[in-house]
Amino acid sequence: MTNLAIAANGLRKSYDDKVVLDGVDLAVPEGTIFSLLGPNGAGKTTAVKILSTLVSADPGTGDIHIGGHDLAADPQAVRAAIGVTGQFSAVDGLITGEENMLLMADLHHLSRSEGRRTAAELLERFDLVEAAGKPASSYSGGMKRRLDIAMTLVGNPRIIFLDEPTTGLDPRSRHTMWQIIRELVREGVTVFLTTQYLEEADQLADRIAVLNDGRIAAEGTADQLKRLVPGGHVRLRFADPAAYRNAALALRGATRDDKALALQIPSDGSQRDLRAILDRLDTAAVEADELTVHTPDLDDVFFALTGGADIPNQPKENAR
Amino acid sequence: MSSLSLAVRDSSTMLRRNLLHARRYPSLTLNLLLTPIMLLLLFVYVFGGTMSAGIGGGTPDRSAYIAYVVPGLLLMTIGSTVIGTAVSVCNDMTEGIMARFRTMAIHRPSVLVGHVVGSVLQSVASVLLVGAVALAIGFRSKDATALKWLAAFGLLVLFALALTWIAVGMGLISPNAEAAGNNAMPLILLPLLSSAFTPIHSMPGWFQPIAQYQPFTPTIETLRGLLLGTAIGHNGWLAVAWCVGLALLGYFWSTSTFNRDPK
Repeated sequence: MTNLAIAANGLRKSYDDKVVLDGVDLAVPEGTIFSLLGPNGAGKTTAVKILSTLVSADPGTGDIHIGGHDLAADPQAVRAAIGVTGQFSAVDGLITGEENMLLMADLHHLSRSEGRRTAAELLERFDLVEAAGKPASSYSGGMKRRLDIAMTLVGNPRIIFLDEPTTGLDPRSRHTMWQIIRELVREGVTVFLTTQYLEEADQLADRIAVLNDGRIAAEGTADQLKRLVPGGHVRLRFADPAAYRNAALALRGATRDDKALALQIPSDGSQRDLRAILDRLDTAAVEADELTVHTPDLDDVFFALTGGADIPNQPKENAR
Repeated sequence: MSSLSLAVRDSSTMLRRNLLHARRYPSLTLNLLLTPIMLLLLFVYVFGGTMSAGIGGGTPDRSAYIAYVVPGLLLMTIGSTVIGTAVSVCNDMTEGIMARFRTMAIHRPSVLVGHVVGSVLQSVASVLLVGAVALAIGFRSKDATALKWLAAFGLLVLFALALTWIAVGMGLISPNAEAAGNNAMPLILLPLLSSAFTPIHSMPGWFQPIAQYQPFTPTIETLRGLLLGTAIGHNGWLAVAWCVGLALLGYFWSTSTFNRDPK
């Protein structure tokens, strides 16, 4: 337990009659990126709000520990350990970027000179020096998000919650944000990230939990999740119709695509599997013009898990 | 850091933030300041002749009426300023930065205390400005010593504190700025139902007790007593009791509302 930055048991929350979180267990080791992935309305933001002490969990929720502190008993200790960047930019739009940074420095009780130095460093690091004197309401979406994270970092938090940090950002800003998140983790910070982008979870997260309808539908590394769904195959494409026909005879069980002159053979993508296919092609003396191996990506997993489809081989420990 | 010095430090940080807002965007404050100044000029120069004739037994005396209306208008100035407080508290609660404040290890009520202190300072500034206009058009005190001026000033500050805490509570329960402005409207309308512009004994008998004991009348009568030498009687204690009571009510109402889970 000691090396878990975030540990929550049976997280529950309802608004009126609507159950938003229905018994969610979370365990995030220190210094890792954990991603909560789910469609809109799955309960991701509610989970972040509870874990960051913004709203209280329903009775019946088990123990929640953040940075070793009991969230129910000592919320102030939790607040001192965390930094939060919410879905809607938590900046004061009426004052300038620099004033926002100095406000954070004051609230973290840094001395005047220390506050100025920290603010200047972070503005520099997040490429906001030029805009520092302008009101934050005039910033672009990407700049606001960068200021938001810079403000979160003033207190040097060890655990950071990022609620959909790249939603609404253009591709360049998104990659900048990913770079920022990777740097944070290199410094030993634990990141709890929610996202609706599969690529983002795949790129960043050490572990991913798929949240659907208030429950964890599956949890594991990106690779473990990909193995949960079928869909891996080898695709062979031919230029010569005769070769295509011969190959189709040699590889019974392949799905034929007569128009494209392509064959699709179910495969787990392993070397042995590929060799078997190639051996059969050699025996039939045909040569494919193009061979591609398709492994299921997180999209397949996401749609399978959140679409209500049956999941084969679901590990027992996640089947609650 | 002890919890008291933490409270003071965070509250003064929040106060600086609110004063920065007020300085950057003074239009709301200035608009609200126009109302009492216009009312002062309206009541003195437009209604003053008729009103003073009614009060003075048939002889119009505009300069006597200036003395009569100024205490009430100073309180109305405070009422007008705190409408701005209700609106800006409500706006602030919808800002993303509020979620950040709530997840930081700061003294929680400092968010509200910053608003309250900032608003009381604005009220004082507005009262001084309206008071200056009143002096310019001929308001003069009668035999008021420095101590009495000081007591009058203290009462105005206490009254501003009370009304501000109530306005903060109204801002917190309002879903949007328009609703906040409407909810706080009674704070500027209540003086019309007091002895601010006409004496209580000229009102219908059944209404007199209401007008007599609502918070504005005892405070106005106390200010008149201090600055114009009229009898204060039990109004002094009533005024202080109203102010302390409203301030406490507003404080507990506001903090308990703020401590609830945000929507």
